[in-house]
Amino acid sequence: MAFISSGYNPQKPMEGRITDIGPQKYDSMFPPVIAKNFGKWLYHEILEPGMLMHVAESGDKVYTVRCAGTRTMSITAIREVCDIADKYTGGYVRWTTRNNIEFITDSLETAKALRDDLNSRKFEAGSNKFPVGGTGAGISNPVHTQGWLHCHTPATDSTGPVKVVMDTLFEEFKNMRLPAPVRISLACCINMCGAVHCSDIGLVGIHRKPPMIDHKWADKLCEIPLAVAACPMAAVRPTKVDFEGKKVNSIAIKEDRCMYCGNCYTMCPALPIADKEGDGIAIMVGGKVSNRMTFPKFSKVVVAYIPNEPSRWPTLTATVKKIVDTYAANARKYERLGDWAERVGWQDFFKLTGLTFTHHLIDDFRDPAYYTWRQSTQFKF
Amino acid sequence: MKFETPLLDQLEQGPWPSVVSDIKQEAAHRAANPNGLDYQIPQDCCEDLLGLLELSYKDMETHWKHGGIVGVFGYGGGVIGRYCDQPEMFPGVAHFHTIRVAQPSGKFYSTKFLRQLCDIWDLRGSGLTNMHGSTGDIVLIGTTTPQLEEIFYQLTHEMNNDLGGSGSNLRTPAACMGMSRCEYACYNTQDVCYQLTEDYQDELHRPAFPYKFKFKFDGCPNGCVCAMARSDFAVVGTWRDDIKIDQDAVKAYVGGEFVPNAGAHSGRDWGKFDIQAEVIDRCPTHCMSWDGQKLTIDNANCVRCMHCIDTMPRALHIGDDRGASVLCGAKAPVVDGAQMGSLLVPFVKVEQPYDELKEIIENIWDWWIEEGKNRERLGELMKRASFQKLLEVTNTEAEAFHVKEPRANPYIFFKEDEVPGGFKRDLADYRSRHQR
Repeated sequence: MAFISSGYNPQKPMEGRITDIGPQKYDSMFPPVIAKNFGKWLYHEILEPGMLMHVAESGDKVYTVRCAGTRTMSITAIREVCDIADKYTGGYVRWTTRNNIEFITDSLETAKALRDDLNSRKFEAGSNKFPVGGTGAGISNPVHTQGWLHCHTPATDSTGPVKVVMDTLFEEFKNMRLPAPVRISLACCINMCGAVHCSDIGLVGIHRKPPMIDHKWADKLCEIPLAVAACPMAAVRPTKVDFEGKKVNSIAIKEDRCMYCGNCYTMCPALPIADKEGDGIAIMVGGKVSNRMTFPKFSKVVVAYIPNEPSRWPTLTATVKKIVDTYAANARKYERLGDWAERVGWQDFFKLTGLTFTHHLIDDFRDPAYYTWRQSTQFKF
Repeated sequence: MKFETPLLDQLEQGPWPSVVSDIKQEAAHRAANPNGLDYQIPQDCCEDLLGLLELSYKDMETHWKHGGIVGVFGYGGGVIGRYCDQPEMFPGVAHFHTIRVAQPSGKFYSTKFLRQLCDIWDLRGSGLTNMHGSTGDIVLIGTTTPQLEEIFYQLTHEMNNDLGGSGSNLRTPAACMGMSRCEYACYNTQDVCYQLTEDYQDELHRPAFPYKFKFKFDGCPNGCVCAMARSDFAVVGTWRDDIKIDQDAVKAYVGGEFVPNAGAHSGRDWGKFDIQAEVIDRCPTHCMSWDGQKLTIDNANCVRCMHCIDTMPRALHIGDDRGASVLCGAKAPVVDGAQMGSLLVPFVKVEQPYDELKEIIENIWDWWIEEGKNRERLGELMKRASFQKLLEVTNTEAEAFHVKEPRANPYIFFKEDEVPGGFKRDLADYRSRHQR
């Protein structure tokens, strides 16, 4: 391949450089009907799963067709989205905060044709390219992260588990038959990029073994005090070790204080932690960010460990399905998963879902842990 | 394909869109090269990515090396460097950096813009993206170091678009779609998001903070961009006058003419809409009543949770005296536990040029930049230094809305000037009254 210059001159790097211009202005790519009725919406309706109608003061109506996006997507897929938008919606399209794709049109007929077109598109191997859904009291797109596709600290993959979980729950994406929306999120490590800590169901990659220590490189590659400060449990300390006949500055880790968060590896490349048999996924439930009826909630750990089982993570998908089904069968209308679990009590959550309660689920992190124990005689047998 | 991928092939089954199928499609596109491009990074990079990912599926461990520091001149962030740990086996992804590209708030696009971006990325990158990163950016996944300046040059010169943020700085702000297509929006989320992004470009591109800092803008308490959970500085729309009630529309809901929650539960038979059970009894403050003819709301006791409005959007509307609440300190668990935003300012008008908001932001930054420890999020500084300190630096009087409940422990600090006589005392004077 021959290098093709963009016009950038590496001999004079600062010449003609444009900086600090930011993004496009938000309204520079509005569909005309959105621009016209901006801030003047009266109400909306969900006509069917994946199709919304918004009515403006002017009487204008806009129809939105929402379909799944995979977040990680090729430019070939984006160009296909563009072709669809050019054909049906005047060359405009938007993405949602859960990485779904929305096409907006002012014609119901167009919306229906668009819906059918989107639902008909499939990859050669058979999966849907742009299935329509993700509205109302169902399960929309999982917010997720990089995983083995592109990150250096994951304890699990991201696109794979999301794919198999959504294959299992696909009908809930296409329907609106749950008591309330169920938000699923996945993070491939406890950094929890995204929304795991505040989702109805959160899947988070965890390790179960302390890091290895690369004594040869620790002092060369790492600023050791940063690795020390990175530990929530103060398990990391600086030390001198004999390495290949020489005293070197390195790191010591108290294994009985380490809970394998991996934050020291984030700060120090000489502390790799990933492990085939050790790593897996913890399941959290009951979080929410909206203020509807109840305060926003953190999700809570209800399954401490599920092994990584690529490609299809069968234990994970079966467990998530069981949680969703139990919630769907027991919660009241409008009740989010966390609202339901708190109403019936966490004891009943475990009883009804059949999940096993283990010692790992009892909080033992610093002073606030006490407030999660039961200071009451109120409990069920 | 260059490599056998039996494990990944299983992810092509099932109804949900398969990323594996999509990457294969891109690999085939590059192999066919229908536009006759002189690809600036290896033509088979997508095949190598699948090969590397297949190896990770087999090993159940990531194959990306730790870290990577690359970028463009003038900026201290925006590009996440990435190198694979088996470069001989997978030379196509030996360098595979991510570029964060600033997105328009609300993520409305023209196909002209997207096609132009795809053309640049086709030539100079892998052809793979994330639409979008969790913080909001358009994410271009996978290119080599020599292409970074070239891509940046084209982005700025041909597309008038900038990079997003990474590192210890202001990250790319994001907003819900706000007034563009929602009747609940209490302020123009997209405009304030855009304006503050422009105003604080320096803080975004050149890391000057103890750690990362995020803004997010939600138009109402439903939290569609999750500002309260996912931003250090969350602006959440609200109102302070009365909820508007259209009594005829309420009757239409009761009569079954309008569907509750805009039809969000239509996939199951939940019975006939029962305004008493579904709205009145579910109100968290029990400030509503329905006498069979008329819906009444005691607005002074309403906490604006949105439930009644969400449930009857054609009958109930947000008030006219609109603004936003500001909540601070949300973060993920590392290091000392996850936090959601805590209420700092109950109501602020959100109007151009947003000086009131900017004053709060800059007061917080002045404090946190000075006092924050290395890699200490604002939320953690609030815990270490106290909420009182946050009030002090933002010139905010403490009020009961700042807490869910008052403290239970009696370990109370007083300022010396609050206490008659101050802290300097004479032991001899004490002893004159109390023998040893």
